Amino acid sequence: MTNVNTYEPVIGLEVHAELLTRSKMFCACPVVDSTRAQPNTAVCPICAGMPGTLPVVNRQAVAYAIKVGLALGCRINPTSIFERKNYFYPDLPKGYQISQYQHPLAESGSLQILTCAGARRVRINRVHMEEDAGKLVHLQDDGGAAYSLVDLNRAGLPLLEIVTEPDLHSLEEMKAYAAELRAVLRVLGVNSGDMEKGVIRFEANISIRPAGSAVLGKRVEIKNLNSFRTMERAVAHEIERQTHLLQTGGIVEQETRSFDEATGETRVMRSKEDAHDYRYFPEPDLPPLVVGEDWVAEVRETLPELPSARIMRLVEQYGLDLPQAQQLAESYPVADFFEQTCSMTAMPGRTLANWITDSYFAWMNERGRLFAEGRTTPQMLAGLMDAVRTGRVNRATAQSVLFRMLDSGVDAEELIRSQGLEQVSDHDEIVAVIRAVIGEHTTEYERYRVGKVELAHWFFGQVMKRTGGKANPAMVRELLQQELEK
Amino acid sequence: MRDLCLLSVGEMLGGMAAGEFTSQDLTQACLARMAALEPQIHAFLFIDADGAVNAARAADARRAAWRMGDDSLPPLLGLPIAVKDVLMVQGMPCTCGSKILEGFIAPYTATPVQRLLDAGVVIVGKTNTDEFAMGSSTENSAYGPTRNPWNTAHVPGGSSGGSAAAVAARMVPAALGTDTGGSVRQPASFCGVSGIKPSYGRVSRYGLVAYGSSLDSVGVLARSAEDAALVFQHMAGQDAMDATSSDLQVPSYTASLPQNLSGLRIGVPKEYFIDGMQPAVEQRVREAIAQMEALGAQVAEISLPYTSYAVPVYYLIAPAEASANLARFDGIRYGPRETGENLLDVYHHTRGGCFGSEVKRRIMLGTYALSAGYYDAYYGQAQKVRTLMKRDYDKAFEIVDVIAAPVAPTTALRFGQHTDDPLAMYLEDVFTLPANLAGVPGLAFPVGFDTAGLPVGMQLMAKPFNEALLFQTARVFQAQTDWHRRMPEQGG
Ligand SMILES: [Zn+2]
Repeated sequence: MTNVNTYEPVIGLEVHAELLTRSKMFCACPVVDSTRAQPNTAVCPICAGMPGTLPVVNRQAVAYAIKVGLALGCRINPTSIFERKNYFYPDLPKGYQISQYQHPLAESGSLQILTCAGARRVRINRVHMEEDAGKLVHLQDDGGAAYSLVDLNRAGLPLLEIVTEPDLHSLEEMKAYAAELRAVLRVLGVNSGDMEKGVIRFEANISIRPAGSAVLGKRVEIKNLNSFRTMERAVAHEIERQTHLLQTGGIVEQETRSFDEATGETRVMRSKEDAHDYRYFPEPDLPPLVVGEDWVAEVRETLPELPSARIMRLVEQYGLDLPQAQQLAESYPVADFFEQTCSMTAMPGRTLANWITDSYFAWMNERGRLFAEGRTTPQMLAGLMDAVRTGRVNRATAQSVLFRMLDSGVDAEELIRSQGLEQVSDHDEIVAVIRAVIGEHTTEYERYRVGKVELAHWFFGQVMKRTGGKANPAMVRELLQQELEK
Repeated sequence: MRDLCLLSVGEMLGGMAAGEFTSQDLTQACLARMAALEPQIHAFLFIDADGAVNAARAADARRAAWRMGDDSLPPLLGLPIAVKDVLMVQGMPCTCGSKILEGFIAPYTATPVQRLLDAGVVIVGKTNTDEFAMGSSTENSAYGPTRNPWNTAHVPGGSSGGSAAAVAARMVPAALGTDTGGSVRQPASFCGVSGIKPSYGRVSRYGLVAYGSSLDSVGVLARSAEDAALVFQHMAGQDAMDATSSDLQVPSYTASLPQNLSGLRIGVPKEYFIDGMQPAVEQRVREAIAQMEALGAQVAEISLPYTSYAVPVYYLIAPAEASANLARFDGIRYGPRETGENLLDVYHHTRGGCFGSEVKRRIMLGTYALSAGYYDAYYGQAQKVRTLMKRDYDKAFEIVDVIAAPVAPTTALRFGQHTDDPLAMYLEDVFTLPANLAGVPGLAFPVGFDTAGLPVGMQLMAKPFNEALLFQTARVFQAQTDWHRRMPEQGG
């Protein structure tokens, strides 16, 4: 068994995120879900790399990239340059990918992450724009011979590459960063966050050094990590592999590796000597991308509050605990709903948050519906909360009222009144019911009197049943005690 | 019956408008002349006789249906032209003179071609070119060279040699060419026709199969500057499909002419008259400059000191860009695909087998110039010198309006003269490369003949986007001279 504590991993992540624009990066083809669309149905001469075609930059993609750059606290460069990254592969129609290299759109930012150790900032080196490649499908004919088909629906989709500094020092930090970045991209509305559709992909750079050392070790790059789970497994394995190598007197080579899902191990793809020479040079078909201050200011106006900031604010402003705040901020419509409701009721935020994360979410589970499909407005929920708070309905009744409200869109007040669900808090009325119940169950009463005190619960249930669950439970408990002790 | 093929563009348009003849008459006359001369000249890689006749018939029908008060007819309605085979015309083959695009049918139409189609032209076919426009003689065409109509033992120049020969032989009144390092002006000079190489960004490159993207331009070859201007007028202007096209307004290139050149400041760069150039070339060019002076121009010698760097700078930048531009010809999506044991084999066999030797030479040169460790010394350095060359021109245009110079050091070469010596061939381009590197417009036109009866050309250059001044100056000159009216016996 190796002692992993003597070594510290240093991890940098490159995240490729597709941008949810209407059209592709350099042509007018629509952006389609490439996991579902018929192959090669969203393709034109430009994204198919036909001779003579030229790229034209999609302004919406640039606006989205600026938005991400600003959200990550980056400097937006007034002039950035598209370059050609040259390599041959059948999914790359032009034989080069248009990307940014020496002069990216955005640089020098950071993203705050939350781990058990608290909050810290991960430095972002750069955010740059590029285009996606197509997709190869590998098949076999009837005779068993392998062949491949090319689908160019994805070719030319706008991609953002977001590169960290080597700032992540544990799997936990890496996961927190990836999750936080995904949340940011979703909240900005630039990426769906659907990992299973490949809209976010990772590459990790990993090195190992003696804990506490400032020197960086030889860096290994792992490519094509398409889910959180895969990334975690691959990086965990790689840390273990490098640690073992160093502890057994081996040497870590600078190389590119890939992760084999089946064996759970990383494998060499390319050694340093075989590294591609991409022969980057400025794309002559595109003038330098000029982003004026006006444009940046315009995009800044549209920036929403970021997830980590919102979580902290929910904690401070509404007294929520951290998991509650995280649960609400997971989806901004939910957090918005919470905040709006909170502004209309005197119910404490913590209690209201529980009503949403317990009861509302329970309704979603039970009915198999989405949050947005609930027919309740914040005002309606606030009405119900007030009814609970003032004791007009009890908790159990309120839960069923909420379900009916979500189903029907009928006001809480209306439901309570029309269905006679109002809580019975009338002293005499409750005493009358209690006396009637005791009168009908003299045997149980006698047994209670001789010491079987747990029968008090049974009597409580009988009284609640007789009032159709509407009786104020606290009053029932108190008055029942008095009557039984008489 | 007069030979319609011998008319100027203006006379053709006027004759059709006056009802003297139809576009079908004209198109048929061009096709007949092509059929007669093509066996000797081989200017075309594809002739669309049926398509051209149908288009001419449609043009005639449109003209016949026109009534007073209707929108005016397209300005070039029924005019037959040819298009260099590096420009896409939907439904026609586009080979770029290369085996690697054998059988490729254009899936869309290039913007400058589409604009001319919208202006009413009839396209008779696609003209021969050096493979991917890399060459100065059409000897690099995979489909055989074009011959110079003035003397078929000589090359027509290149790479737009097919277009130049077709115009010189009067097969068509005008043809589109492209100019990356002189490919419009040099064949115009060798074939005794007029050719405009516009400023970079004046004409959309969308649909031009890229060679050197930062240098490529689409121009026109015609019998006179006026004919070229009539056609060029309808190609120029910004295009949303080309991010490098300029949004500057397109002026009229055929506005009424001044009587003379008084007030025009002409600069004659001393670096363009070099040892070893053919004496007749220098003489004819100097005579033409003297004639312009006689027409009122002020002539002064100027210096463009960086001219001697043009060849090395060009042969780093153009091949570097070409090495990326030609990467898409991999046999995967279109064109012939050779078989192989694995993917790398397929690439090697397809590209190795289908590209010609000059194309392969430039791809390798460009790949090397961009390689890690060499980029700064080659490509990076070349870009810096290019900036200095541009500054040369900026400075010159502070003191002169146009620069007058020979197009090439010699008249048309014999076949095979330089085919074994690529460097000697590259040096033929020394006078035309600077305009592309600096992005300035150039207009070549004939100014006489050498002792062997081969045409000599001169070029005028102006500030970026001042094509109008070039057309105007050459038109004034051509109004006083008749070199542009001479035609080869082949075409007689
Ligand atoms: Zn497209």
